[in-house]
Amino acid sequence: MAIETLEAPATEAAPGREEQLYTAKPWTLIWWRFRQHRLAVASLVFLVLLCVAAIFADFISPYTPSSIDRLNTFSPPRAVHLFHEGAFKGPFVYALKRTRDPETARVTYEADREEILPIRLFVHGEPYRFLGLVPTDLHLFGVDHRRQRINLLGTDSLGRDLFTRLLYGARVTLSAGLVGVAFSFVIGLALGAVSGYYGGWLDAGIQRLMEFIRSIPTIPLWMGLAAALPIAWDPLFVYVLITIILSLIGWTHLARVVRGRFFSLKTEDYVLAARLAGASEYRVITKHMLPAMTSYIIAAMTLAVPEMILGETALSFLGLGLRPPVVSWGVLLQEAQNLRTISLAPWLLAPGAAVVLVVLSFNFMGDGLRDAADPYGR
Amino acid sequence: MVGYITKRALWAIPTLVFVSFISFVIIQLPPGDYITAYAAQLRHGGEYLTEAQEAAMRQQYGLNDPILVQYWRWISNILFRGDFGHSLEWNAPVSSLIWERLGLTLAISTLSMVFTWIIAIPVGVYAATRQYSLFDYLFTVFGFLGKGIPDFLLALILMWLGFTWLNMDVGGLLSPRYESAPWTFDKVLNLLSHLWIPVVVLATGGAAGLIRVMRANMLDEMGKPYVETAYAQGLSERQVVWGYPVRVALNPFISTVGWALPALFSGDVITAVVLNLPTTGPLLLQALKMQDMYLAGSFILILSVFTVVGTLVSDVLLAWSDPRIRYA
Repeated sequence: MAIETLEAPATEAAPGREEQLYTAKPWTLIWWRFRQHRLAVASLVFLVLLCVAAIFADFISPYTPSSIDRLNTFSPPRAVHLFHEGAFKGPFVYALKRTRDPETARVTYEADREEILPIRLFVHGEPYRFLGLVPTDLHLFGVDHRRQRINLLGTDSLGRDLFTRLLYGARVTLSAGLVGVAFSFVIGLALGAVSGYYGGWLDAGIQRLMEFIRSIPTIPLWMGLAAALPIAWDPLFVYVLITIILSLIGWTHLARVVRGRFFSLKTEDYVLAARLAGASEYRVITKHMLPAMTSYIIAAMTLAVPEMILGETALSFLGLGLRPPVVSWGVLLQEAQNLRTISLAPWLLAPGAAVVLVVLSFNFMGDGLRDAADPYGR
Repeated sequence: MVGYITKRALWAIPTLVFVSFISFVIIQLPPGDYITAYAAQLRHGGEYLTEAQEAAMRQQYGLNDPILVQYWRWISNILFRGDFGHSLEWNAPVSSLIWERLGLTLAISTLSMVFTWIIAIPVGVYAATRQYSLFDYLFTVFGFLGKGIPDFLLALILMWLGFTWLNMDVGGLLSPRYESAPWTFDKVLNLLSHLWIPVVVLATGGAAGLIRVMRANMLDEMGKPYVETAYAQGLSERQVVWGYPVRVALNPFISTVGWALPALFSGDVITAVVLNLPTTGPLLLQALKMQDMYLAGSFILILSVFTVVGTLVSDVLLAWSDPRIRYA
């Protein structure tokens, strides 16, 4: 896979395109190179779709994340069917019959093959504020029934719709990853640039600091810092602090990349030329050196996101990170903490699958970006 | 060589001081102090302390001193007397609680590390010598999955599979009926049947990364002239591969032993919570939740010290195994 991506577009380009190749702007070249890494492109599409779904979570999800249904607890995921007894009916779900096992008194659900609930678009349901601003009750899809609900991924112990909660959780988890990376980007860029540009004792000192941070077991340290946050604080504030805690450790990788690039660029002729021409240090760094490493930094940032997401999930799962009523994937996984719940309702692990998919996508995308970061190489 | 080791060991000292200071700061972070917690505990039992008594106790324990003085008192107690402070939650000295659990954490981590190497080295070598074969792709997929699945999720899934499909008694280290039984062959078997899940969980993450490293290193080395020379002299593939490039490609392995330790300890903490193992994880989590800060701080301190020492050992090993490193 890796080798395919390394081939320059020139090898397969028609003669007409060869000219284009020489005149193309760097970002166009990077895009051409990136496009060849199929898995990376697929990951990019998936992540963009997920981000859109997360932003419009309140519209796309059929219910609200905290709406409780006492008669619908631990109901299994519902399959969407197209054909009923051989006849095409459009997308629909069967109604669910709730019964109790006479021996164990356990609630069981069974699809009622007689009753069809067609899935309708733009249904009126529970009221919410669209993007927190416009009050409305329009949902992208749903079923028109007083009692029955559509639970694509099943429900949890309080009968809340897992699909809805997964989408809302994506908002918090994804943004925690991105915000955390933004924080570590600021620290990493500043320290990495100072370290790489000036070298000497400053570099040695920052190197020591980075080595030191890398030598602490992350999860115990995160746990220690996160446990110090008082429970009574505002959830939003806790969320910001958690991302800061995550980025306090995550910045080292970014700083290493930046430092390495600074070291190799420092000796380039054009940097020397700029300096000889009398450009100030600030101008040399921002105008001449930073643009040459933007693509590397973006690749490194992409690869840093999964670490943040995994950190948030792990902390919340342990009950030290975000807490309900905030909905994040880690908080959702708290429900799936013991064996009894998992064997009763394995679909509660769905947020875990979502974490794995997102982490893999960011990894693939980061790999693709890293390969594409230097379009003039090879 | 001796000079290098001494220099490297001296460098570890400021790191250790810094680590211990961070642990102490974590102990101090939550609002309130030992006396507040003690007073709350007394109130719970129906007694109470007056303001004056609290102030007197603060004076007595030196809690009004500057933080550096308090830090010195804490660290000198640990260094010179092995006294890690007092756990409020357990009402016992911290040192009586931690060593057994730390031993188990070390044992599981070491076992996982050995397991990681047993998987990663042969697989990495195989993937490099048979590049783009079916198994190479399979291992690539495995590598990405291993990187993407959080430890606790893998533990949950394995536990669930073991429980529903293999009808195993999972969680903990021993089945209840063996807990106080004398050591017999059956008890060892029972221990092994519990131990495989944490070891597999901890080894997967590390092995996934190391397979990629090993494969890349091997691919770099395989193209070098000395390998061709060895082939040209009529050595068999096995002799060439294991005799020359593997030995060079192992270098980064040795240098990452130190980095693997923090990951293993981190992984152990969270895996042990899920699987309810009697290692440091559950106790640390509980201590943090109950704000039993001397216990929590001691755990963080000792785990970090292990890591720093591990890094030191791996650096020394690297210098010993590869003479080129020392002057770099």
